[in-house]
Amino acid sequence: MSATITRYTNTAIALHWLVALLIFAAFPLGMYMHDLPLSPTKLQLYSYHKWLGMTVLLLAVLRVVWRVTHTPPALPDHLPRWQKIASAATHQFLYVLIVLVPLSGWLMSSAKGFKTVWFGVLPLPDLLGKDKALGDALAGVHASLNYLLLALVLLHIAAALKHRFIDRDEVMGRILPGGLRK
Amino acid sequence: MRIFKHIAMLGLVLACGQAAALEFKQVLVNESAVTFGYKQMGVPLDGKFGKFAAQLAFDPAKLANAQARIDIDVASIDTGSAEANDEVVGKLWFNAKAYPTAGFVATGLKALGGERYEATGKLSIKGRTQEVKAPVTFKAAGNRGTFDGSFTIKRLDYAIGEGEWTDVGTVANEIQIKFHLVVSAAPGKK
Repeated sequence: MSATITRYTNTAIALHWLVALLIFAAFPLGMYMHDLPLSPTKLQLYSYHKWLGMTVLLLAVLRVVWRVTHTPPALPDHLPRWQKIASAATHQFLYVLIVLVPLSGWLMSSAKGFKTVWFGVLPLPDLLGKDKALGDALAGVHASLNYLLLALVLLHIAAALKHRFIDRDEVMGRILPGGLRK
Repeated sequence: MRIFKHIAMLGLVLACGQAAALEFKQVLVNESAVTFGYKQMGVPLDGKFGKFAAQLAFDPAKLANAQARIDIDVASIDTGSAEANDEVVGKLWFNAKAYPTAGFVATGLKALGGERYEATGKLSIKGRTQEVKAPVTFKAAGNRGTFDGSFTIKRLDYAIGEGEWTDVGTVANEIQIKFHLVVSAAPGKK
């Protein structure tokens, strides 16, 4: 067998942090814009949110492709079995959610009758016909998936920080750009 | 013998009906539509006006006598989202309380050949009136006919969207208005 892989590839690292950055922008934006009274600013923010979301979706698909075509670096041997299982499950869920969250937003937008025009330039196809009841239901789905994503991201960050600062092991180093690794 | 008299009269009526071009005078509002298209952040959206009244007199052979008038209940607007519907009847947009009706009154109709015409008229929205021109297609089938046309207005010409909404980068200035009017020929014009 080949030598143990100790870190993610540069491609995977770049995609990870880019998606993280976009989610950290899109999530609070979505929370904030939702309750604004109608104004040009609100319409702009909705568009920016949708552009960010569609970018996340594209990158998320690339990440899933990367993941199924690569073996991720192994976790240290000293980790208890339950932590390895929990880590694998959390990562699988995160991959699913970074696809489903923007996809549910796109479906909702289609059902509500608002086409998505990526960066104001590229019109994306409507995935569903206009249907108010379905649009309202999908808004609920989009919100629920987001709260689930929030919970998993918090767990993911907490676990990473625990490994970095309490266990002082190499787990978080696997995904850090070169200069930040120990 | 009376039966022959009836047939003769019927023949006469039919002959007259064919000789004189039909005059379309009745607008079937329930089958007609006034819709519009606009862009918001580059996203194309459609809307419609649910309530309007139309009066019309159109005889393809006597264009000079053509008349048309459409009165739109602006509060019946459907922009495609409930939130926007509440917004656009307000002061900054249509100010529907002060200006409940938007109207179009035709001032002329020009034949462009075939089924195509050009209508000119005055469009009044929110107390502002502008001259508009619209290409119109008229198709007749029996004693029914349809007018289809569209024209583009600039919403700021009518102060539709004041204050922060004058920003045409968010909601575009150009609004395409489309109308589809189904008309029937006035019966009994002998």
